[in-house]
Amino acid sequence: MRAQIKFLPDGRRLHLQDGPIDLIIEAFGSSELVKAAYEAAIRRFVTVLDELCSELNLLRTRVGPNTPKPQHRIARSMAAAVAPYSARTFITPMAAVAGAVAEEILAAMTSVVQLSKAYVNNGGDIALYLSPGERFVVGMIARPDRPSLFGTATLCSSDAIGGIATSGWRGRSFSLGIADAVTVLARRPAMADAAATIIANAVNLPEHSSIHRVPARSISPDSDLGDLLVTEYVGELSVNDVELALANGAAVAECLMSESLIHSAALRLQKVTRVVSARNAVLSLRRANLSRSLSHA
Amino acid sequence: MPEKDAIRCDACPVLCYIKPGRMGACDRYGNREGQLVRLDPHILLDRAMSRGDSVVPFLEREREWDGNLVAGPESFVTAIGAGTTYPDYKPAPFIVSSEVEGVDTVTVVTEGIFSYCGVKVKIDTDRHLGPETNLVRAKGEPVGHVTTGEYGSQMLSLGGVRHLTGGTRHEGTITCETLLDLCNGKAVELAIDQGVKIVVQAGKAPVVDGVQEERMRVGCGSATIGMFAKQWFNKVDEVVVVDDHITGVLSEHQAGKLLGIPQTGIKIKGRRSTPGRYFQVAEPGNAWGGTNIQTPLSILKEFNRKIAWPGLRLLMVSTTGEHHAYFELDQDLQPLAKELPASLNESVVRIKENCEPALCTVLFMGGAGGSLRAGVTENPVRLTDSVRDALTRVTCGGAPVYIWPGGGITFMVDVTRMPENAFGYVPTPALVAPIEFTLKLADYAALGGYLDQVRSLNAIVSDKTRLHHLAARANNPWPLSSAKRQERS
Repeated sequence: MRAQIKFLPDGRRLHLQDGPIDLIIEAFGSSELVKAAYEAAIRRFVTVLDELCSELNLLRTRVGPNTPKPQHRIARSMAAAVAPYSARTFITPMAAVAGAVAEEILAAMTSVVQLSKAYVNNGGDIALYLSPGERFVVGMIARPDRPSLFGTATLCSSDAIGGIATSGWRGRSFSLGIADAVTVLARRPAMADAAATIIANAVNLPEHSSIHRVPARSISPDSDLGDLLVTEYVGELSVNDVELALANGAAVAECLMSESLIHSAALRLQKVTRVVSARNAVLSLRRANLSRSLSHA
Repeated sequence: MPEKDAIRCDACPVLCYIKPGRMGACDRYGNREGQLVRLDPHILLDRAMSRGDSVVPFLEREREWDGNLVAGPESFVTAIGAGTTYPDYKPAPFIVSSEVEGVDTVTVVTEGIFSYCGVKVKIDTDRHLGPETNLVRAKGEPVGHVTTGEYGSQMLSLGGVRHLTGGTRHEGTITCETLLDLCNGKAVELAIDQGVKIVVQAGKAPVVDGVQEERMRVGCGSATIGMFAKQWFNKVDEVVVVDDHITGVLSEHQAGKLLGIPQTGIKIKGRRSTPGRYFQVAEPGNAWGGTNIQTPLSILKEFNRKIAWPGLRLLMVSTTGEHHAYFELDQDLQPLAKELPASLNESVVRIKENCEPALCTVLFMGGAGGSLRAGVTENPVRLTDSVRDALTRVTCGGAPVYIWPGGGITFMVDVTRMPENAFGYVPTPALVAPIEFTLKLADYAALGGYLDQVRSLNAIVSDKTRLHHLAARANNPWPLSSAKRQERS
């Protein structure tokens, strides 16, 4: 059995790992409910990687009008999450894999017991459940190698946000863009994951000399991005360039917001943060630059 | 499609092609000069930190790693979070070198999956927990049995392959859960067939049928007589120390005879062993001295009318001093309960004082199987030999272990000396426990070690992967110290 199942040293959070899937899970409620939820998460978790790998070739293929539908639940959720973008850009279901896995595990937990709140954090892509009246504070970091918060977002049950995802060129997956981090809030985790990828790709300056790009396949021979150029290094950019790149990303984010594909987004590039959200949206996200609270990293 | 230098990682079904110097999708396995290596230690014991600093969680550090805290042998990479090789015969996830006292030293770090494992639980109590060999259950499932009792303690043997994988699926799951909780220092409720319900937690007092045990007995009833005879001399005519094992009677006991204490005509139920020592005065139980006695007079027969006298002073006390009663004989030689005189109360308090706090202790016991040993060397039996010859030190999450003599590497470790939550499990079900083998680099080469897999401690640290620094425990020998140095400290 490959999967590793253990508690973090705090004895509260569950850590599940299998291959590239690495989940930190916390459920809130009475100890029996939490236990039942964790058991449900584990039961669901142990087959996830095998399911995904059984359709890996399909999931790494660009989505088009004639692409066959995958078989398994998570794979279908991935395909559905990237479908809105397939006509306008290159995207594969893998763009939503982390969010979709988090979503499935959270659903396994919340379908067996009534928790007060719960989250499944899949390497920064988070599935979130809040029962009425509950709140959740999310910390945002730009660079995983140098964790420090550039902002926090307070989410309430009434915001109806089920997914938080972050994408950027410094992260584990490749990015076509130059954003240090794009954090997206959306109804569902798989949607947030796909949208974060799309927006982070759009935070970009074509043909800029400070940006070093290489074919994805030259780094990772079996990357779903094939020969597309992915960002390997971003040098110091001028203030104008940073503004321009962020504006490119924000335009896409606003477009996705108007299509109700996302709730809001925070775009971060070289110490500048740009927030895209509706006027009545999560107000605390607007305070991102001010808040230095370390309450929930 | 696969390029010339890329290697295929078979650690999981994603089967990444990894180029030299790169990592797979998991950020755990990487291609290091054409070799597939595991790259993510989780927990380092930090010697400097044990001098007072607290734990530094990796993700809360604001600055980049400056390399200062970890200066070679001041850090020890534990296997916690290292991952495992099972069921593949791959080199262990980490093989780490550092220089210790001028000698190149290697620590092979892995997390073992132990199907053959269990815990031995020592419960400090004289109370009868249940008949020997009877089943111990958790949530109704058999998870172990009552085994040979020890001095002042009852022993349980839990887990083992027959409960983990030899019974029903549910039995295995509950056994695994019970072992995991006990090993990770959590409280577990157990029920013994024809015995008690007991809450066991490593390092805490046992709770027997809802009553928290306070103290261990100072000795058996006979030993207690021996220890306190002088203090009772002239203050009382007769003392009975009630004990499920051996009940002692002062006037008949050798210690009383030596003091010239006269016969009292007392008659005790039960089987006399030697003078003043009685077996089986009652049934085992949770009352006086681990017996089922609620009223101590029930173990006495009528006094011998030819010897006893009116006014005879009698103290009855349990081996822990928790129960005591004082009587004087009336004109008809019947014992009448009286208040305990202050002069005798002192001795009862002293018995209590001499009883150590009752604790539950949990030793994890497991055997390092062939595939685990194969992760250390191409020739697993040499590792066994090397451990046997004390060339290789085995630790469990940095804690010292006792290696059972004979074949294989079967070890025991006190779970309270390991870092918190050091154990995990896999759904087999089996427990996952950290295990580290430390030896001289030269010895490692001699036993057929994976020399090409050895990485320096600094290389691991500079990888900035998932390090989690913990203070080393002050009561554990430093895993990299030589045996000699440990003796001195």
